[in-house]
Amino acid sequence: MGAGISRLAWRNLWRNRRRTLIMLAAVAVGVWAMVFMSAMMRGMVDEMVRSGLEQLPGMVQIHQRAYRDDPSVVNSMPSPEGTLQAALAEPPVTAWAARVRVPAMVASARASRGLTLLGVDPAAERALGSVPPTISEGRFLEDEHDRGVVLGQRLVERLESDLGKRVVIMSQDPQNDVADRGVRVVGIYKARLPGDEERFAYAGRAALQELLQVPGQVSEVAVMATDYRRPQALVEHLARAAGPQLEVLPWTELDPFLSSMLDLQDGFSLVFMVVVFLALSFGLVNTLAMAVFERIREIGLMQALGMRPGLILRQVLLESLYLLLLGLAVGNGAAWLTIKPLESGIELSSVARGMEMFAMGATLYPALYWRDMVLATVVVLGLGVLASLIPAWRAARLDPIRALNSH
Amino acid sequence: MSAIHCRDLCKTFHQGEEEITGLDHVSLDIEAGSFVALVGPSGSGKTTLLNAMGGLDRPDSGEIVLGDTRIDTLDQGELADLRLNRIGFVFQSYNLVPVLSARENVEFVMQLQGVGAQERAARAEAVLAEIGLEGLSGRRPAELSGGQQQRVAVARAIASEPQLILADEPTANLDSHSATQLMELFVHLNREHKVTFVMATHDTRVMRYARRVVSLQDGRIESDQRTPEAVE
Repeated sequence: MGAGISRLAWRNLWRNRRRTLIMLAAVAVGVWAMVFMSAMMRGMVDEMVRSGLEQLPGMVQIHQRAYRDDPSVVNSMPSPEGTLQAALAEPPVTAWAARVRVPAMVASARASRGLTLLGVDPAAERALGSVPPTISEGRFLEDEHDRGVVLGQRLVERLESDLGKRVVIMSQDPQNDVADRGVRVVGIYKARLPGDEERFAYAGRAALQELLQVPGQVSEVAVMATDYRRPQALVEHLARAAGPQLEVLPWTELDPFLSSMLDLQDGFSLVFMVVVFLALSFGLVNTLAMAVFERIREIGLMQALGMRPGLILRQVLLESLYLLLLGLAVGNGAAWLTIKPLESGIELSSVARGMEMFAMGATLYPALYWRDMVLATVVVLGLGVLASLIPAWRAARLDPIRALNSH
Repeated sequence: MSAIHCRDLCKTFHQGEEEITGLDHVSLDIEAGSFVALVGPSGSGKTTLLNAMGGLDRPDSGEIVLGDTRIDTLDQGELADLRLNRIGFVFQSYNLVPVLSARENVEFVMQLQGVGAQERAARAEAVLAEIGLEGLSGRRPAELSGGQQQRVAVARAIASEPQLILADEPTANLDSHSATQLMELFVHLNREHKVTFVMATHDTRVMRYARRVVSLQDGRIESDQRTPEAVE
């Protein structure tokens, strides 16, 4: 009977072609809106997370176990070698950088400031994407032996210093003695978040190791891989290679706030989809209720001929299901067609300052995720069939005599 | 042997505060293979009796036995199965499913019965041919005349091979030519297929085809006459 009921439901759907097309358009536009908005949101969150990972930096970090409690040079670790170095050379690792990261003071002739001093290998940092996005004056470090320092624009203003002038950097060596050195400002950078310009200064890694008397020692290894949403497998792989003395942590633990953005976005997508569908469901229920109302006699006839109420319920639900499936196909298709050309980026320079507040650039890259299309499909089908139960139940409960005598 | 047996049926309807008697202690025994007309003016109870016999409505009291099954005590699902497998219905206003073709309408009940597609199609074509609608099986109801639509409804009723066909005013919407053709078809099917026919009608053209005429008035049987002179 399944084929017969399906055919009947399909033909019934097209009895009132205009009404069906209007409802179909409503479902399709709703689905398109769900998927399109999700893609925009995904693009925004992806950008925020990527930007956050560049700042962190990395999807995974390796430290000496005590480093996170006391981020001083005492808790440094050897640069990766042996099995760890081999593990870092394998996919899904795309880049890694070992860096010295210590609290420090920087002083000019007029002022001084506390900050985090990063001793970096510029080539590795570039591969990681964690070099400052804009060098407004001068240059970035040439190599890890570079004896200059790169400061943020706002810090230079606070210190009343300038490009080419000398500043003194001070920190503690492993013996808790002050290690200081006069260095020249070789570059001034602008960060996406202005606050970062006062928080971070860049020096050559080897030069800093020499200053702190920790040759070959680093504070952290930052690792970038292909998929930031699934860092756990990489963490386990690197932890095996790093051994028990080192701690390997994913970015979700290193920056829980950034991680919560993903959960927030998933939750927001679901809420948005449910809200859109609730608006649609009124139209859907009304369409089905009208379709049932117009066919009361026919439903009475089917009951008189021996069709069980359960089959009548199934038939009405099938009509709804066909309508929803068509709407989903059109809506998802339209979303795919409109999002794909935009994946190369939407220019939002007119609101760029607002975007910067969220650690985003002036270009938004919508990201179409299959899981969003699946989520929209599940929401629409699940809630749609649920909403259709009301008219379907009424149809199944009709009294055949009354239904046959209705006009 | 009885096709259907009704004993002491009572049925009352309520319209606002008014109480209307549909059936008033009606007892009737209809033999298998007979051709019975229930006649009487509007409101006499003939449709109520027909609906009760078809399991579409329940009497307030009394009992109805179809073959060897007491049907007034069955639940809705069992009644649906009974109507599906043992009773054929022909209604006044054709009552075909408009989105199905003539053949699909005839196949509809067989589909509900679970008859296989090939057998269903063969039986539908054979029945449509028997009632003179060969060549029209692909047409939708809107493309058929009233008489042709009623023939399709008859074909649907007999295709499922029921024991009993209940027809409620089957000629009411037909012109005299179509009504005559339909009644001749009923007589033919009754004779050839040995199906028991019970018709509710107040059409005098129809009554002369029945071999038994049961007259109702105010929910009671007023007369019950055998008519050996019925048109064959």
